[in-house]
Amino acid sequence: MLTMIGKRLLFAIPSLIGVVIVTFLLTRALPGDPAAYFAGPAATKEAVDQIRKKLGFDKPLIEQFVRYTGDLAHGDLGTSLTTGQPVAAELRNRLPASAELTLLGLVVSIVIAIPLGVLAATRPGSWIDHLCRVTTTAGVSLPVFFTGLVLVYLFYFRLGWAPAPLGRLDVFYSAPPTVTGFYLIDTLIARDFEAFRSALSQLILPAVTLAIFSLAPIARMTRASMLAVLASDFVRTARASGLSPGKVIVTYAFRNAMLPVITTLSMVFSFLLGANVLVEKVFAWPGIGSYAVEALIASDFAPVQGFVLTMAVMYVLLNLLIDILYGVIDPRVRLEG
Amino acid sequence: MTAQPLLDVQDLTVEFTTRRGIVKAVQHVNISVGKGETVGIVGESGSGKSVTSYAVMRILDRAGRIAEGSVMFSGIDVKAATESQMRDLRGREVSMIFQNPRAALNPIRKVGHQIEDVLRQHVQQAQVTDRGETAIEALEQVRIARPRERYHAYPFELSGGMCQRVVIALALACNPQLLIADEPTTGLDVTTQKAVMDLIVELTKRRSMSTILITHDLGLAAAYCDRVVVMEKGRVVETAKSADIFAAPQHAYTRKLMRATPRLGVSLRDLLPEEETKPLQPTPVMAGLDPAVHPSAQNHSSSMDPRVKPGGDEQTQPLLSVEKLVKEYPRQGAGSMLTKLFGRKPPVEEEVFRAVDGISFQIDHGESVGLVGESGCGKSTTSMMVMRLLDQTSGRIMFDGEDIGGIMPQSFARLPRRSQIQMVFQDPTDSLNPRFTAARAIADPIMQLGDIRGRDALRDRCEELARLVGLPVNLLDRFPHQLSGGQKARVGIARAIALHPKLVILDEPTAALDVSVQAVVLNLLQDLKQSMGMSYLFVSHDLNVVRLLCDRVIVMRAGRIVEQGASEHVLGNPQDAYTRELLTAIPHPPLPVS
Repeated sequence: MLTMIGKRLLFAIPSLIGVVIVTFLLTRALPGDPAAYFAGPAATKEAVDQIRKKLGFDKPLIEQFVRYTGDLAHGDLGTSLTTGQPVAAELRNRLPASAELTLLGLVVSIVIAIPLGVLAATRPGSWIDHLCRVTTTAGVSLPVFFTGLVLVYLFYFRLGWAPAPLGRLDVFYSAPPTVTGFYLIDTLIARDFEAFRSALSQLILPAVTLAIFSLAPIARMTRASMLAVLASDFVRTARASGLSPGKVIVTYAFRNAMLPVITTLSMVFSFLLGANVLVEKVFAWPGIGSYAVEALIASDFAPVQGFVLTMAVMYVLLNLLIDILYGVIDPRVRLEG
Repeated sequence: MTAQPLLDVQDLTVEFTTRRGIVKAVQHVNISVGKGETVGIVGESGSGKSVTSYAVMRILDRAGRIAEGSVMFSGIDVKAATESQMRDLRGREVSMIFQNPRAALNPIRKVGHQIEDVLRQHVQQAQVTDRGETAIEALEQVRIARPRERYHAYPFELSGGMCQRVVIALALACNPQLLIADEPTTGLDVTTQKAVMDLIVELTKRRSMSTILITHDLGLAAAYCDRVVVMEKGRVVETAKSADIFAAPQHAYTRKLMRATPRLGVSLRDLLPEEETKPLQPTPVMAGLDPAVHPSAQNHSSSMDPRVKPGGDEQTQPLLSVEKLVKEYPRQGAGSMLTKLFGRKPPVEEEVFRAVDGISFQIDHGESVGLVGESGCGKSTTSMMVMRLLDQTSGRIMFDGEDIGGIMPQSFARLPRRSQIQMVFQDPTDSLNPRFTAARAIADPIMQLGDIRGRDALRDRCEELARLVGLPVNLLDRFPHQLSGGQKARVGIARAIALHPKLVILDEPTAALDVSVQAVVLNLLQDLKQSMGMSYLFVSHDLNVVRLLCDRVIVMRAGRIVEQGASEHVLGNPQDAYTRELLTAIPHPPLPVS
């Protein structure tokens, strides 16, 4: 197992190097000029040139790259021009916010989608199958900012059940001391249950928004995969040996149907982590998605590069986790490790 | 037979709701099984034999239902029983063994646990808290070596025969009264088949259980059953004691089935129904006289005498000559890519598995050579190497005087020489592109390598080929799923002969076909060979088929050739112990009516 993990991490190194090169080149190829942006609209040409020189953008590309990778090796992702903060520190602050939101959204989604998919597969053509189809179609066809706004309108503006969509915590509470960066966990560690409730109530609406969107692929994949497994020979054997329906569906069918579902989960998770910019915007969530987009608009290289690199590392780790899970579920995969 | 049969199926009709309306898969079937009796249900695919057994267990899929009739099992009305009553019945009173044992087991659960699942369901909890002892005992009963270790094995770690033993252990774990075995040995090697069948019979006899054996193999049914029920198209056409049914079959369908079963002492033509014994195509051919019956015919047709051959010229060298062919595979887990890459561990002696271990053989012009052996003996690997789909590790493959073994597979695919070796694959369905029509599939090699250009010319050639293989021309525009198994086999053959190959490699071309279709296809192959002067390399595990079609036979075992020679010598008077073992393992159907 350990050799497999080590092997996978080693194989990830070339792709990470590739990501570093490509993001570096791409950000340089973007049409915007960060020096001009930084100097402001009223700056003279000399001022812009001066800034450019100060930032090192006048040097040849290769020299810039060498300096960038040198910094990278020391864990320095550079400094954001717009905020003046080191990128690494900002990502460290913002990543937990995105991760907490995405994870909770995914958990909500899994809790609904997998039972829905399983039930739909065991009773094809029944009302629950149709419910599954309608829910997933609706969920995937409504854009997240729209569902987000509808939820805010309904639960905050109309019903007043939810707090104002303004960040991770109500203004009356102070952030808990950082342990994991996840407010739900940190507040519990600090035994600040009021803050926990506040953090949770802030999280619910954006998490549900994400869940509605990610419901579709998970439920559809669960249903399709369960249908295929339920039609297989070994499920017939299990039925023919008189095993109870619960045993057949859970131990025999579901565990086998899990593999494609897990793959889908990993894809959905990495997709959500980067792409929930709109949700973060709607709920004023201080996540990495909105950070990266703002930096991109400002032609602010360092945060964009930092963001892409972070996502790449996350993706590698996630895939590793998925592979380990695969090995836990399917003994045939273990052999190849 | 006892007064009250254990299982009594009366007037059973099973319907399936499909998109095209209701289909009656089984109609008015009567079957009874007495205590301790073994009943065979025999029929070809689509005869409803499996559906009947599923109805008895009430495990028909959602679309199917018992429409009429009754199924009584030791006084219980299966049709009226509740689902939980049925669950108690399944596995404890009636259990089932399936075809394709590896797929019949949960791939990600230890086999011991799977047996325990059944025990736990049916036996009192107290008896199964013995840390797997009962399951290990069940594995012991089916003679699995080292049952204590195998308890922890996953199905993919076991061979096909071993998996079937596990399935049998699963089925017999709770001492049921009736065992339904649905094609329990299809897909297993003959020797494994014999071992598995003997085991089933021994275990059921010892426990005085009743057995239903569902099979398409008349020989198997005759060898192991007390009574035989013959089914055709959802109906029972004949029921009789197996001794009687083979001595004097009453129904025309039974006779047809028996004729079509390859066996000793008949020729290929004898397999066809009486009214169809004339050649399938107008070309005058040497009717497939079997060398065993008409030894004199041998010299006319092909290879016994290398000097007398059809075709005539440049026959001094064989068409295909394989010398010391070796194919090695790295053993699993040995030398991972990383350790090779970084060289952290000094490479310990490279563990290799020799799938093909230095074999040499020849195929002459116009000769058909059978390559037989059990699964894993390397016969398919050999055919893949001759076809240049696999690279050999060492050795030479000379085809028509040229060493094709040294040509890279990628470039070989584009050489004109490639058109002279063609292949017919085992599964007629899987080897056709589901999105190609029959005509497109046949035209494919012509478009790749042939010299016919233009739609009409291509179409004409396809129609000509279709007529040659006996495929109705109006079927050419159909897709594979709209064709029957026999028709798909014909498409595969037409595709293979489209470029007038000199050598056709037939990889178990009839293994997936019913016997009556197999009889027709074998005759077709024989006719085509003689009219087109092709050579065949016929890969098969069915010795009876090889005996009928091949001039010479090569017996392989564990990558080596144990015996080769003329068919009637090798199969009539085998020299090697292994060949003898293979031959004795074939269940022999009783001699047919003439």
